[in-house]
Amino acid sequence: MIDFLQLIVSGTATGACYALAALGFTLLWQASGTINFALGEMVMLPAFIMLFFIGPAGLPLPLAFAATLLVSLLVLGLGFKRLVVDPMLKHGVIPLVIATLGLSIAMKQGVRIAFSAQVFTFPAIFSQELLSIGGARLSVSDLGTVIVAGGLVVALQTFLNRTLTGRAMQAVAQNRDAATVLGINVQRMVLYAFLINAALAATTALLVTPVYLAKFDMGDTLGLKAFYAAIIGGFNQSRGALLGGVLVGVLENLVGAYLSPGYKDGVALVLFLAVILFKPEGLLGKPEERKV
Amino acid sequence: MTRLWQAALLLFALVAIYLLPGTLKNYGVYIVTLWSVYVIAGMGLNLTVGYAGQISLGQAAFWGIGAYTTAIALKAGLPFFAALPLSAALCFGVGLLLGFPALRVQHHYLAFATLGFNVLVFLAFRNEDWLTGGTFGINNIPRPILFGWRLRAPLDFFHLTWIATVVMGALMALLLRSPWGRAFAALRDNPIRAESVGIDTTFYTLLAFAIGAAYAGVAGAFFAPLVGFIEPAPFAVTTSLSMLLMVIAGGSGRLFGPAIGAIVVVLLPEWLRFAAEWYLAIFGVLIVVMMVWLPGGLLSIPDRLRAARVLK
Amino acid sequence: MTALLNVRDMRKDYGAIRAVDGVSFSVDAGEILGVIGPNGSGKTTLFNAILGQVTPSAGAVTFEGQSVTGIKPLHLARLGIGRTFQTLQVFGQLSVRDNLIAAGQEFGGSTWRRLFAAPDAGLGARADDMIALFRIGHVAHLPAGSLSYGQQKLVDIAMAFMSRPRLVLLDEPCAGVNPALIDQLTDLLRQVNQQTGATFIVIEHNMDFVMNLCARVICMAQGRILAEGAPASVQANPAVLEAYLGS
Repeated sequence: MIDFLQLIVSGTATGACYALAALGFTLLWQASGTINFALGEMVMLPAFIMLFFIGPAGLPLPLAFAATLLVSLLVLGLGFKRLVVDPMLKHGVIPLVIATLGLSIAMKQGVRIAFSAQVFTFPAIFSQELLSIGGARLSVSDLGTVIVAGGLVVALQTFLNRTLTGRAMQAVAQNRDAATVLGINVQRMVLYAFLINAALAATTALLVTPVYLAKFDMGDTLGLKAFYAAIIGGFNQSRGALLGGVLVGVLENLVGAYLSPGYKDGVALVLFLAVILFKPEGLLGKPEERKV
Repeated sequence: MTRLWQAALLLFALVAIYLLPGTLKNYGVYIVTLWSVYVIAGMGLNLTVGYAGQISLGQAAFWGIGAYTTAIALKAGLPFFAALPLSAALCFGVGLLLGFPALRVQHHYLAFATLGFNVLVFLAFRNEDWLTGGTFGINNIPRPILFGWRLRAPLDFFHLTWIATVVMGALMALLLRSPWGRAFAALRDNPIRAESVGIDTTFYTLLAFAIGAAYAGVAGAFFAPLVGFIEPAPFAVTTSLSMLLMVIAGGSGRLFGPAIGAIVVVLLPEWLRFAAEWYLAIFGVLIVVMMVWLPGGLLSIPDRLRAARVLK
Repeated sequence: MTALLNVRDMRKDYGAIRAVDGVSFSVDAGEILGVIGPNGSGKTTLFNAILGQVTPSAGAVTFEGQSVTGIKPLHLARLGIGRTFQTLQVFGQLSVRDNLIAAGQEFGGSTWRRLFAAPDAGLGARADDMIALFRIGHVAHLPAGSLSYGQQKLVDIAMAFMSRPRLVLLDEPCAGVNPALIDQLTDLLRQVNQQTGATFIVIEHNMDFVMNLCARVICMAQGRILAEGAPASVQANPAVLEAYLGS
């Protein structure tokens, strides 16, 4: 029972990180119809940029994070939109899928060349202590991750639902033409989505890397899990990403501990296949009618 | 160019490719054979993606199912020419099943459904030791025997593979010319209109996956004896992505697209080896650049030039 | 003689909105029926409900005495009901000729037999006749998606006739088509109607076209049938006039 609680908490922490990445993914999809296969690498790259700022540049962690955030916004937000997505959107979904795949290869291999294929440790942002609550030993870093990620999701929700800009972004996601007629600057709203995605990716890197360590291919699994989390929860709902992420994280831990460690990575897939067969719009998603 | 000229050119190219590897060293022959195997798998994927318009990121799983089926069958003493149809038939059946999600969802959902399928199959290859040998894989897979002659020499095996590729290509061309080919294209261009003119989109969607998968099964059946040793790694999602890239880079919905695309995926990395560790990074950047500038693939270049001339 | 198509008490709700509200009518074999009414009066929803594109909330449809309520578009097509769409719906990358053959090839014979059939499925001559009839010979080998709007519209309509359907539902065939072509279209449809005995139901805003082509007209407003009868009498009906002006 106590093990069970620990598994749940650490699973929630992992899941919260999936959720953060997934959130960026859904935002991009809603705003511009971009399926970003370089999602995992967009978390990996900031991790290494941060390592650079901490190591060779000698900055303290908070400053290094701030600098990384800035670089991410410029490169993964603005640059990604202007140089890759914008020229390709008119050609439909598949070329963009391939292009983001190419991007992920280029980013991965670029980092491998610059930093080697080694595994790098990353400074912890939370204390490494274990808290004893009612006999269960919970790690501070797990709890901290859940709190930071949860806080970010809530903040983003509030931004999207309560502020004028957030609502304008939602309007663009729902109906571009109508949004244009209403005088919303569609391109700017889409850019915001890309910037938020970049910021979320940088933050995910900060939360994930101390635990999973930095390696050039660290984005592979993370990216996949985030996709599945997004679809399981509901592609067109930001809350869905959170539910999907946590569900995947917790169930993975449970399956790994009680059923078969070999199929731990299959959990997200089975959940995902069940969802698309029985509720394709996702657990919290709204169905999209097939257009005639 | 007249039809006769086109046919002559094609025949010349097919024969040239048959003869050319005779001048290469063993590694070169291996690479060209691998290219040939990829072309078979790519033609299948081109049917699913390029003609029927169903995105699939699971082709490597079928490739793997074909390879493992043939490997296991050969180890059990079955002749290659029995293992080959077995691989194709098994993949056809599993491909039919993978078509069902496609009836419910499209685009990105389908991309992830097929991708998820690939990961599941990969996990099964890795974890089901009793059947697949797990991470150790299956080794000492024998080469086929043809008329009592075991095709041990790389060049002999290449010739068999290349003949199979040409036969599979001819079958694909016939399929695409038949009314079925038109129905696949109608499904891709406008599924709703297709239903309203009596085209059974359910049937054609399932078949697009099943036939595409059967091609991958055939490719797998040649891959296993080519390398002689199989393990899960080549059948991971990355390979499915390469195969999709191959179809798009060559020109999706064009018969010769996969052959050109396989050059990009199999041979280009070899040519970029002079760039040492940079080659994969360059490869990645090239893909992005190509998709930005040439989303229709390499075979769309003549059309693009013609269009440019008309505009002038 | 029983009616070819019989629609009884058709209703379609979208949430709280009742798009079609208890519509009944019937069409005799060989007839050309016009359906008019202001935008949002439920015409296209009525079509979609009859054609199985959406599931009707209530009501019954019979075709040649057989119940076809809620049957999928595919099976309706195979029973002999063709349609065109309000928006362009051609197979963009296929040539015009292939569009026509595609629209006819799945009728008759088994699907498996078709794998081994001639590439044109034996429909080449019929497609060429249709191309001549619709005067689109000069573009017959171009991809349908590259044609002008009006030409695509003609292809779209020609496709509906390839399977020799007994009933064709046309949703705004004149929308976006230039006036010269509209006269040609009127003649064409009349010609097909007389030659094959096919029955048409036509949704259209262009009054001249409806007056010229249709023997009987239904006017819809707010999901109901407002008036029914000969074109001239419906046009003169004050309620119809009010429905158009009031909206």
